[in-house]
Parts: sequence; structure tokens; C-alpha cells
Amino acid sequence: MSSFVTAAPMLRRPVVSAPQEQPVFVFKRFSAMPKLAGVTSASRLEVRPTPEMVPSGIAEIDALAGGLPRGCLTEVCGPASSGRTSVLLAALAAATQRQETCALVDTTDAFDPLSALGVNFERLLWIRCCHAERRRSFAKRSSCGVEASLSPRSVEKAGGVRSARNDNSRNDNPEKVEQALRVTDLLLQSGGFGMVAIDLGDVPLQTARRIPLTTWFRFQRVVERTPTVLFVIGQIPCAQTCAALLLRLQPGNKLSAFSSQLSVKNGAFPAHAQLFEGLHVKGELLRSRVERKPAASVTAAFTTKAAWTG
Amino acid sequence: MPFACIFVPDFPLEALLRAEPELRSLPVAVLEGKTPLQKVFARNEKARHAGVEPGMTKPQVEACSGLALRNRSPVQEAAAHAALLDCAQSFSPCVEDGGYGTVVLDLAGMEPLFGPLPKIARAVARQALDLGLEAHVAVASNPDTAVLAARGFTGVTVIPEGKDAEQLGSLPLEVLFAGSFDLEGEQEIGQLLETFHRWGVRNLHGLAALPDVPLSERLGQKGVFLQQLARGAASRTLAPVEAPLVFEEAIELEYPVLLLEPLAFLLARLLEQLCARLGARTLATQELRLQLGLANGRNPAKIFQRTLRLPIPLLDPKIFLKLLQLDLQAHPPGAPIVKIHLAAEPAPPRAAQGGLFLPPSPEPEQLELTLARIAGIVGEGKTGSVELLDTHRPEGFRMQRFAPGGPQSMSDAGSPRPGSSDAAVTALRMFRPSVPATVTMRDGKPSRIACSKRKQVQDGEVLWAAGPWRASGDWWEHEGWARDEWDIAVWGEAGVTLYRLVRDLLSGRWWMEGTYD
Repeated sequence: MSSFVTAAPMLRRPVVSAPQEQPVFVFKRFSAMPKLAGVTSASRLEVRPTPEMVPSGIAEIDALAGGLPRGCLTEVCGPASSGRTSVLLAALAAATQRQETCALVDTTDAFDPLSALGVNFERLLWIRCCHAERRRSFAKRSSCGVEASLSPRSVEKAGGVRSARNDNSRNDNPEKVEQALRVTDLLLQSGGFGMVAIDLGDVPLQTARRIPLTTWFRFQRVVERTPTVLFVIGQIPCAQTCAALLLRLQPGNKLSAFSSQLSVKNGAFPAHAQLFEGLHVKGELLRSRVERKPAASVTAAFTTKAAWTG
Repeated sequence: MPFACIFVPDFPLEALLRAEPELRSLPVAVLEGKTPLQKVFARNEKARHAGVEPGMTKPQVEACSGLALRNRSPVQEAAAHAALLDCAQSFSPCVEDGGYGTVVLDLAGMEPLFGPLPKIARAVARQALDLGLEAHVAVASNPDTAVLAARGFTGVTVIPEGKDAEQLGSLPLEVLFAGSFDLEGEQEIGQLLETFHRWGVRNLHGLAALPDVPLSERLGQKGVFLQQLARGAASRTLAPVEAPLVFEEAIELEYPVLLLEPLAFLLARLLEQLCARLGARTLATQELRLQLGLANGRNPAKIFQRTLRLPIPLLDPKIFLKLLQLDLQAHPPGAPIVKIHLAAEPAPPRAAQGGLFLPPSPEPEQLELTLARIAGIVGEGKTGSVELLDTHRPEGFRMQRFAPGGPQSMSDAGSPRPGSSDAAVTALRMFRPSVPATVTMRDGKPSRIACSKRKQVQDGEVLWAAGPWRASGDWWEHEGWARDEWDIAVWGEAGVTLYRLVRDLLSGRWWMEGTYD
């Protein structure tokens, strides 16, 4: 420790200062305060371990991002027909083939099991968030503290009010998203899932934007230090900085296997002589915290094959 | 050959206190009979101090302040006796049913398993207490001595071999007639007691000291039998019973229950008792049946039934309670409840061992609870796993209960499923329900589509179309179907989107079934 002495001509008294000891002194003083005794300074925070990466089921994405990180939130976004759901199903197929138990929170009930080749359905929990009638409360305390009676009249009355409200509600997307988030919360708290996927692919942009960032932060904190891969697909990035891996998908230059026919050959062949064979997808890595370096905007292209092409 | 007897004094009262343990600190009397002529049948020590005696009428005892009155419940007595048998069966396979409140078990060969006899007796008493019954336990070298000691001495009693008469000597003569030693008639019992009192015999020691031959001359074989009991010299073999594996608990309520909270409170007690009984027999359950007796239900049978089936055997009353709560929240009975009957189907407990190298899997108990909670959010039938059906019909699948099997080893897990390849499969995102569309045809193929009711479907020109792919089925049944499928590319505001367009050949209507993504 070095210290220096300066002469103060006005006071005629030497002033001793220890600029390098001052932060240590302050830290000790603060740490001695009972209210701050349990606070860890930022410099002493534990370094987050590098997450384990698991295959995504698509070799090009694995080469681009290194796979899907366990204990982190992975987000895949893109417009319709950009291959988001195909990537999701490939990840689910890979996870279920590893004998992991997976869950798919289907916000808009859009999952088609017939096109999910390779997915082991015995290990996939499918939750279909839909516009179902809300569960009837059985003698449950309402938020205002009034106890609902169990008598048939009260049950009918309550059910009638709810059904009327449901009939009147035309746009049920916020309710579905709320269901999806609550279900995801339960699944993550339950633990033990290898992958929990949330499908927000058909959720309108304004609804997706309304999801609070704290929700994603909470999800990310819950899956941290667990082997669960939290996988979200949507039209836009919802989780923002909470996502450890963010991929944006777009239709490739060639829209699909038939796209070459679009411009010049359209009409040259009859419709029954053409076949939809799959999608060309262009993936862009927007964020990756896995390697702890600024992610370069790198891209990869891959093709999905229709189920009937073999 | 040692024997143990478990005796529950005031059994009808104990059966009630088992369901309402908070009454143990209060004076309680049990009434028997029809409403105008109800009389006290049993009472606890506090009620005795308050002056309540058996035979008093209900109006007489109602004058006692703080006295809790309950009607005798045969259902609860049967459940309590079954619990007592379960308690005995958890220690010995050779158990004799001595009537309500009395069970005798053979302890031969049990010492290497459970320790010395006093330890076994204490363990039996503790087990009975866990099942909600305060019992007297006595161990002796013959079953009748064990029964007499259990009736006469409180707590745990162990009579060393050869000291039966000495230990039993202080007991009053009434213990001989408290049960069924083939002396059933009350009149006959009264005559015998009167005779003994006239002879100056007050306890078993006096009876044992009587000379044999004069006793036989005056009282016959019954007198000799009683004397042998008093001397601890009676010998017989046990008549073992095979207790049926029926696990049922019931409670009849004094007042109807309206709310879930008090109902859950009662269910928790019943579940704890059921689980304790199952645990005593080293069993678990995979099915819970709940029957609620309703007071004013619209159901003519006035019985509300719910069955809770579990994919694996469980034995956790808290899990069961939460599952029942969630189930009742989703399916309310609709009327006040006056009776609760809960039955558990026994099953061997789950034997599983985790491994270090197995893939992650949720805990079955926690998974069941999570699934029930999720069903409460999204509705019943909206969660589970998919089972593909052997049909080409659209939506050819059905939901089934999600029950992931035990994890396999990682070496087995690495094998790919048939049908999987390196390339990802193009997924179809379904519109449920399908979106009606207005389609303009040109040259036999769709040229323009318009869907007014769904924002996700873009109206516009069809850039490309492939099809039609015709499919039909089930025409031999009422639910036949026939349709043409088209794969189309539509140019809209967000770019090109690929759809599956379907024409129902039976109705001639067009539907947008989904989008390729």
C-alpha cells in the first residue's frame, strides 16, 4: 500500500490520504452494516458456468449455434412459413429420442402430430391452450374475500356469468397467452423436463409484445442450473435479453423446392404435376451468450422436407 | 409361544375420535338409538367425571356443559376395526379377529424381526396410535391371558411366562365377561357374578384359588373354564383370519359441508388414515374413489362420485388431497355434503431406482400434481400425450393420459426412431377450427383466396398450387369423408405464405386447414 503526504500551506498541517485503501475501507464498512451483510458485491459474483449444449436435430443449426443450451432460454423467431415449427419439431424429436421428457405448450392449438415425424409421443406432453370454459370455482374465495356458496343456484349463476363473458370475448389470444405462461410456470417449477417448448407462432405481435419481460426473466431464472431447455418460437423476439440464444429464421432465397417454378414456369405445368417438397430456410444468429463474446451475425441455410417426400 | 392382544376400550367412542381427534380433549358421549329414545352408549373419562353414565338419555346429558354428543357410527366402527386388523397384520400374518376392538396376534418367530417382546408390544401400541386408535396392548404366553391383560391393564403389559395367574390376580371378575368367552347371555353373566360375590370372590386371584372339584360341582364346566382363564392355564389355538384388502374410510357429518376448505380438512384426515393403513400393509394405491352423499342434490341418487386414477401407485396423502381438491374444483358436487366415503384400490408400491446416467424425468408424484393443475387451467382433455390412430382421416389422433415410462439407459436412447432422417420435417401448423375460405378457380386450380374471419390467413393471389391430392375414407359408415388437398403459396403483406387448402367433396366447401412452417 502506498500513501503520500502533501503539505497544505493554508492549514500548515500535513494531510495524509490513502486513495487506494479507501475503496477497501468503504467495502469493509458497508459489509459490516447488518442490512448489507448478505449482499455480495458484483466483483465477487459467481461466474456462470458454460451451459451444456444438446443437439437441435438440425445439423446446420448445431453448426451455427453449437446446439441448444441446457438451463437457458432459446428463442426462434420468424414470419409464417419460415420454418420455426419445423425447427421446434426437430428439437423435440431429438430430445424425445434421447429419452427426455418434453412438454409443448401450444398457445394456439396449432400442433399437428401427423407431421411430427420422429417425435416420440410417449415422452411428449402436449398442452393445448384453447378457449375452454374456465374452471368453475368450487366454494373458492373470490378476490374480494366473499365466499362463493356451493349451492346449485350459485354455481349456475357463476357459470352463466362466465359463459356469457366468454361468448362476448372475441379475441381470446391474451387469455391463451396467459394460460400458456401459467402452464409454463407450472412445468418449470415441477422440474424434470428435458425440454419445455412454448409455441407463440400464431400469437399476434401486439399480444406477444405485452408479455412482461419479468416473466421471461423469471423463466430464465427457474431453468438456470437445471437440464431443461426452454424453447420459444414466435414471430418476433419476445424474451429480449433473457434469451441466451436467439435465432431468426426467414424463407430462403429459394422459397421452397418448387420456387424455381414460381417466376417462369408457373402455369407451364398442371397443378397435379407439381409437388410441395419442403422449405428452404435461412437462419440468422442474432444473440448467443454461450460463448461469451459478441455474436457475429452469422447465417446458415437448411432445407426441410415434407413428410411425403421420404 | 407368545401372543399379543390389541384391545381398544370404548371402541365406538374411539372410532369416532379417530375421525375427530380434536374431541379427545373434550368430554364426549356416544348416543345410540333412534332420535326420541337416544341413550348414552359410551363416554370418555372426561365425560365420566362430568357425571355422564351409560344409559342416560339425551335430554339428561345435554345439561352437561361442554359435552360433545355424537351418534354411534357403524361405518366408522367398521373402518376402525379394519384399521386395527391392518395394524396387527403389519406385525404378524397369524391374526385372530376377536370382535370389534379386539385383535389377537401370534408373535411366534417375531422376535428376530422386531426385537424383544416389550419392544414389539410398544411398537404395536405406537402403530395403533398412528392409525388413530389408543389401544391397550398385552403380551402373554397364551391368547386368553393376553386378552384379559389387555382388557384389565392400560397401556402396554408384558406378562412373563409362568406368571400369568400372579399378574392377572388383581383384575376384577368383570374382565372375564367383557368379551365373548362363550358366555354371551347377560342374565347368565349376572347370575355368575352374583354367585361369585356371595362366595366373597372379588378378583381373579380369588377365583383361581377356589378348589377345582367343588367349583365344578356347583358351576359346571363354565366355572372350570373361568377358573382356567383366571389361572392363565387355558390353552387354545388361534383362529386366524385373512383380512380382506379393503381400504375404505367414511365419515358421516353432523352438519352439511358447503365449502371446499372444510371438505378438504375432512378429506385430509381420511386420506391420512387410508395411507397409514396402506403403509401398514406395505401397499400403495393407484385408484381413489370418492363418494359424497349430498343433502339436496338434483341427482336422484344423491350420491356424487369421483374416481381418481393414477398412472403409478402412490402413497402420499398430501398429493392425494391436492389432486382431489383440483378435481373437485373442476367438478363441483353441486349440493351440500353430508357423508364422505373414500376408498383406495390397493396396489404394490412402485419399485424404482434412479440412475446417474439416465435422462431427466419429472418425479411421478410431482408430475401428477402438475398435470392436475394444468388441467385446471386449460380444461380437461386438453393435456396429455398423442396416440396416432390407424386411419387416414384428418386429425387422426386422440389424446391420452400422459404417463412417460421409466427412463431407459442412454445407450438405448441413442437409437433413432424409424422414419427420422437427417433433414427436418416440414411442419404443418393447424388452424383449429379450420378457416372457411372463398376460393376463385382458374384453369382447374385455385387462383385467389379470401378468408374474412381469420387474420392469420392472408387474402391474395395464389402464386403456386400443387394438387389436388384426393383422399376419402369411412364411406361405409355414417361418418364418411372425402376431400381434395391443395398446397398453395399466397403472396400477402408479410411475404409468401404456404397453406394447405382443403375442399370438402361432400359439402363442396373450401377450408384453410393450416400453414406450412
